[in-house]
Amino acid sequence: MTTAPPRTTVRRPTQSPRPSRMPWRQQRVPFSARTFSFIVMAAFALYSLVPLWWLIVSATKSREDMFTTDPMLFSDFNLWGNIADVFAQQNGIFAIWTGNTVLYCVGGAAIATLLAAMAGYALGKYEFPGRKLVFNIILAAVLVPAILFALPLYLMFSEIQLVNTYWSVLLPSLVSPFGVFLAATFARQAIPNELLEAARIDGANEARIFWRIGLPIMSPALVTVFLYQFVAIWSNYLLPVLMLNNDTLQPLSVGLVNWRERLNEGISYHITITGSLLAVIPLLIAFSILQRYWRSDLTAGGVK
Amino acid sequence: MKAPTLSAQRPVQPEATTTQPRKSRLSRKTTLSALLFLIPFAIMFLSMKVAPIFYAIYQSFFKTERSGLGVGSSESIFAGFGNYLLALQNSDFMASFGRVFLIGIVQVPLMLTIALFLALLLDSAFSPFRRGFRLIYFLPYAFPGVIAAIMWSFLYQPDIGPLSGWLSAIGIDVNFLANNMVFFSIGNMMTWGYTGFQMLIIYSALQAVPEDLTEAASLDGAGWWATAWHIKIPAVRPAIILTAVFSIIGNIQLYNDPAILSKVAPGISSTFTPIMAAQQQAAANNYNLAAAQSVILALVALVLSFGFLKFTQRKEADS
Repeated sequence: MTTAPPRTTVRRPTQSPRPSRMPWRQQRVPFSARTFSFIVMAAFALYSLVPLWWLIVSATKSREDMFTTDPMLFSDFNLWGNIADVFAQQNGIFAIWTGNTVLYCVGGAAIATLLAAMAGYALGKYEFPGRKLVFNIILAAVLVPAILFALPLYLMFSEIQLVNTYWSVLLPSLVSPFGVFLAATFARQAIPNELLEAARIDGANEARIFWRIGLPIMSPALVTVFLYQFVAIWSNYLLPVLMLNNDTLQPLSVGLVNWRERLNEGISYHITITGSLLAVIPLLIAFSILQRYWRSDLTAGGVK
Repeated sequence: MKAPTLSAQRPVQPEATTTQPRKSRLSRKTTLSALLFLIPFAIMFLSMKVAPIFYAIYQSFFKTERSGLGVGSSESIFAGFGNYLLALQNSDFMASFGRVFLIGIVQVPLMLTIALFLALLLDSAFSPFRRGFRLIYFLPYAFPGVIAAIMWSFLYQPDIGPLSGWLSAIGIDVNFLANNMVFFSIGNMMTWGYTGFQMLIIYSALQAVPEDLTEAASLDGAGWWATAWHIKIPAVRPAIILTAVFSIIGNIQLYNDPAILSKVAPGISSTFTPIMAAQQQAAANNYNLAAAQSVILALVALVLSFGFLKFTQRKEADS
């Protein structure tokens, strides 16, 4: 449906200047093709941005203005007051949720990355019996999404009395089969065998070689693994919902959703909306800076 | 528990190559080193991925029989496939599959078409501001899904979100949270969140298409659309297949968006998607049935994604 219109509009550029030897990429493109392309891309950009704009605008509005003013236009700037309200709610539980989120996401992703780096290095740079089998088991685990493990984990953790502890969310977050897959693929391609051999001849032991040669070379892939796992932990909302009853153990995601549904208990919209914005901004900044790490490895891991 | 003993036995094998003692000692040493590097991950993998699945499978074959007058004494007895039968006869659970199927069959092709089309435009030299657009399209994906769901739940609300107002300005009155609209509302949330990601995968693949190929096509007089259709799209087929697999798996595990929207939308039942249905059984202390449903879900996800991969590979071989 969406693909039909461009046919007539965009075709023109190549047909008219046919005799020229220049490839069509460099030819002068008629105004209409540029315009059409711009309109389509801008429309989708608008679709992507409007919700974010609404969130930013709404977070600056007071409790009352939110209902009485145009949802897309700024009114009196009340962001600082709203932020104060967010942190004052329930004796500053928002700060506790933030700390928990850092623990689960940063701590979990960091350890998961280290484990994945070691395992990926072993699978990528050592020949040993059973290597292919291990690799295939890990690949199968990549295909089953993490969220499908949440309920079985909950059943298991209930049995061993681990629910409602930090461990119940942290421990499952330490495993990233996709991270091992990426690290192994990258290690295989990027670490030269000659370098490892040279180090061995110089008498370095395997752990030292991994630490001093393997890890530094793998670091671009490891940033990707970290980011991927960070997002995976953040978005696995079901796991903490199942595991954690105690709201001082919960991450931001669970806490904010609870606020969202507790309007009747006096948690006003402006608190939830401003809290959501606060939760998102650090991530958006981090991702804009680290965007290239996403790109390079999504293709490295994906298209194979 | 099984795998480590399996791999731990392996190092013995290299001794067979006794003719080269030096090399065998070396390979035994490297096998040992590889194992040491693998062990920390292996322990976590086995306890956090393999063990829960086996525990769920184990649980799914039992049922809890409460003896006495509910004083708390209960015992597990073997139930065979009873829980699976129960799960498949459970109309809520089966209906939830129907819902995600319905959403998927409309939303996935639509989203992938948009993603492919945008990727083709981003890959065309005549498109303006390509860098900026690429960054903008990526933003929703960097946006955590849970927060996105909270945000959309507000946007859909007529009193503070803008959407209803805009539509009623042009004469359309809709309530995004009403029963018949929630399918659209959830589909829209998924499209908003994932189109940019899918586009990026296809776009990266498009960039790897050799320039000579497209140049040759244009020298032969092929237009933009003909080049895209006959050269570029076939060249990025693997990437498109990959995005389709991602989307299909994504649909089976649909949870965050409907679960969060259900807090404000009466049209979304607590068993709207398969995961929500299984969660509800666990919340009602029907652990064995919840275990059976979890196993079914994991199997469906595996079968679907493997099946789709195989299907497309066979089609490739045929053509």
